[in-house]
Amino acid sequence: MVGELITPVFWLGIMGLIFGGGLAYASTIFAIEVDEKVPMIRGVLPGANCGGCGFPGCDGLAAAIVAGDAPVNACPVGGANTAKKVAEIMGLNADLTDRKVARVLCNGKNENCTEKFIYYGVKDCKEAMIASGGSKGCQYGCMGLGTCERICPFDAIHVTADGIAVVDPEKCTACGKCIDACPKFIISLVPASKGVHVDCSSKDKGKDVKDVCTVGCIGCQICVKNCPEKTISFANNLAKIEYAGCTECQICVQKCPTKAINSQLKKLDEAANS
Amino acid sequence: MDIKHSTFKGGIHPSYQKELTKNKVLRPVSPPETVVIPMSLHIGAPCNPMVKKGDLVKVGQRIGEPNGFVSVPIHASVSGEVISVEPRLHPNGQKVMSVVIKNDMQETISEEVKAKGDIDSLSPQEIKDIIFNAGIVGLGGATFPTHVKLSPPPDKKIDFVVLNGAECEPYLTTDDHLMNEYPEKVVHGLQAMLKVLGINKGFIGIEDNKPEAIEAISKAITDNDQIEIYSLHTKYPQGSEKQLITAVTGREVPSGALPMDAGVVVSNVGTAAAISDAIKTGMPLVERIVTVTGSAVKDPQVLTAKIGTMVRDLIEECGGFSEQPEKVINGGPMMGIAQFSIDIPVIKATSGILCLNKKDAYVKEPSLCIRCGKCVEVCPVNLMPLYISEHSLKGDYDKCKSLHAMDCVECGSCSYICPAKRTLVSSIRVAKREIVANSRKGK
Repeated sequence: MVGELITPVFWLGIMGLIFGGGLAYASTIFAIEVDEKVPMIRGVLPGANCGGCGFPGCDGLAAAIVAGDAPVNACPVGGANTAKKVAEIMGLNADLTDRKVARVLCNGKNENCTEKFIYYGVKDCKEAMIASGGSKGCQYGCMGLGTCERICPFDAIHVTADGIAVVDPEKCTACGKCIDACPKFIISLVPASKGVHVDCSSKDKGKDVKDVCTVGCIGCQICVKNCPEKTISFANNLAKIEYAGCTECQICVQKCPTKAINSQLKKLDEAANS
Repeated sequence: MDIKHSTFKGGIHPSYQKELTKNKVLRPVSPPETVVIPMSLHIGAPCNPMVKKGDLVKVGQRIGEPNGFVSVPIHASVSGEVISVEPRLHPNGQKVMSVVIKNDMQETISEEVKAKGDIDSLSPQEIKDIIFNAGIVGLGGATFPTHVKLSPPPDKKIDFVVLNGAECEPYLTTDDHLMNEYPEKVVHGLQAMLKVLGINKGFIGIEDNKPEAIEAISKAITDNDQIEIYSLHTKYPQGSEKQLITAVTGREVPSGALPMDAGVVVSNVGTAAAISDAIKTGMPLVERIVTVTGSAVKDPQVLTAKIGTMVRDLIEECGGFSEQPEKVINGGPMMGIAQFSIDIPVIKATSGILCLNKKDAYVKEPSLCIRCGKCVEVCPVNLMPLYISEHSLKGDYDKCKSLHAMDCVECGSCSYICPAKRTLVSSIRVAKREIVANSRKGK
């Protein structure tokens, strides 16, 4: 009875040792090299696997950050604290202070901009583009049909009642999906810390802009001449603020004849009164 | 002569409305005060303007220099003074660099315009050069340069030339009038194309709702072995290139391939007539036939218009609007492009100007897909429009690609037949654009 048991137990034990040895050998030979930063970053991420970053779970995001496909602050749930820890692991501290957000560079609200025709089709910017570039009078302007709103994973961009899309800088993670989706190419990344922007993308000449929009850049270059930091450039009939040199003095905001340059900051005179 | 009958699978039978202009006499539009000639009259690179403000030009003089292989020169359609070279509104909805000429009403013909001889004495290359220099493009609507079409790569053997006289778009009678009035030009142009390609077999496909045109063309054909007429079943989109090839030759153009892969070159009858003019008189392509029709036009007409004539002038020639137009379309109702202004010029692609009143232009609010499968039944290229559209609306363009969205010919049969009035073809067009954009990005 006992002898009948000993033989199979013995052989099973031997086989177990052989297979175990094989597995141990294979795990060293076929080991996949993982950047040690990946598990470290994975450790500081929240671990909820919500997918809010647009990557497959926290593991996916950790790998993407290490591979350079995602910014260190890509986790919308963890916020600034997580971003700081991730940046430490990655050795990138500068990135944090230079957080970017998307901005729709158009202020062509319904009250400011003309319409060319009545558009009957599907309420989608890409579909409207096929119909003579959309019904908006300005061919560069935001059509307000919400393709960006639908693609944003963070609920950070909305078409307002005024008929243009506006980004909520608090929620925006600069993932770039709206930038790719916009058929007019008028969404771009701006530094979140800066408050003065040229809210116009029109490359038309001044007269053509004036015909269709009251708040468009008409290419008068008054801002270029008046900028004390000489940080406004001008090309293709459009002024552009080079954010690195901008001190937010708001002189351009005051001088712009069409109010194409906007400020989210307190107006200069208000600031003086308070 | 023996006339063969044939057709293709699928398609629809829209209300043709051709009787509005069918029996009207083709006549030239009164000379326009000014013409606006955009430097983009063809598919491919736009031309560079060769004239400047103040220059005097003559009819047929070259004013636009071609830019690249898929490009053809542009010629002045009237004589007079260039009053400006500036961006003007183009029927595509964008502003395009255009040459504006004030007509001196003298119709002075340029010295460059002279008869080139007859087909027998010209070499194939000479004919091809004449076609290129005359600025001839496909007049069916795609405006693809004809000399490119007639220059197949050496490994592609061309067996037939098929002339497209189907004119399956409702309302339009442009090609119908052309074939009735100038059948000999159509046949002569086809002979020139056969000579260029060095082959000896051509077909002319005409829908059977144009019996007079079929008769006129058969009378003009001298050599029955060389050129045959096909009477095609009246059905939309019979004039679509690939459907026409299937109907006439029985061949099918492979997915993603061009007609030349099936050994066929297809060209519009208008293009053939333009080639004939370029050889016989030397006059480049400076005018075309335009059908001005629809429920909002007082007196629908078929007019010969100089390229660059304003659409507003054309409509005035037809007595103006009978009522407020709800929609003005450049082309036919199925594939034409709705316009937001009538201050646009007639271009080489303008086969018709269709003005619809509120009742005719009414679009029902789309509702949900009921999975009836009618769009699948009518699709002439055997696609499943409902699924492509569904995935396109969700933004899943890879799935659209795997459902062969790129083979869609955008005929609009699916949108027409859809009982839920879903805008199938426009969402498929979005998918096609996105697929092309993604493949450029290398995704």
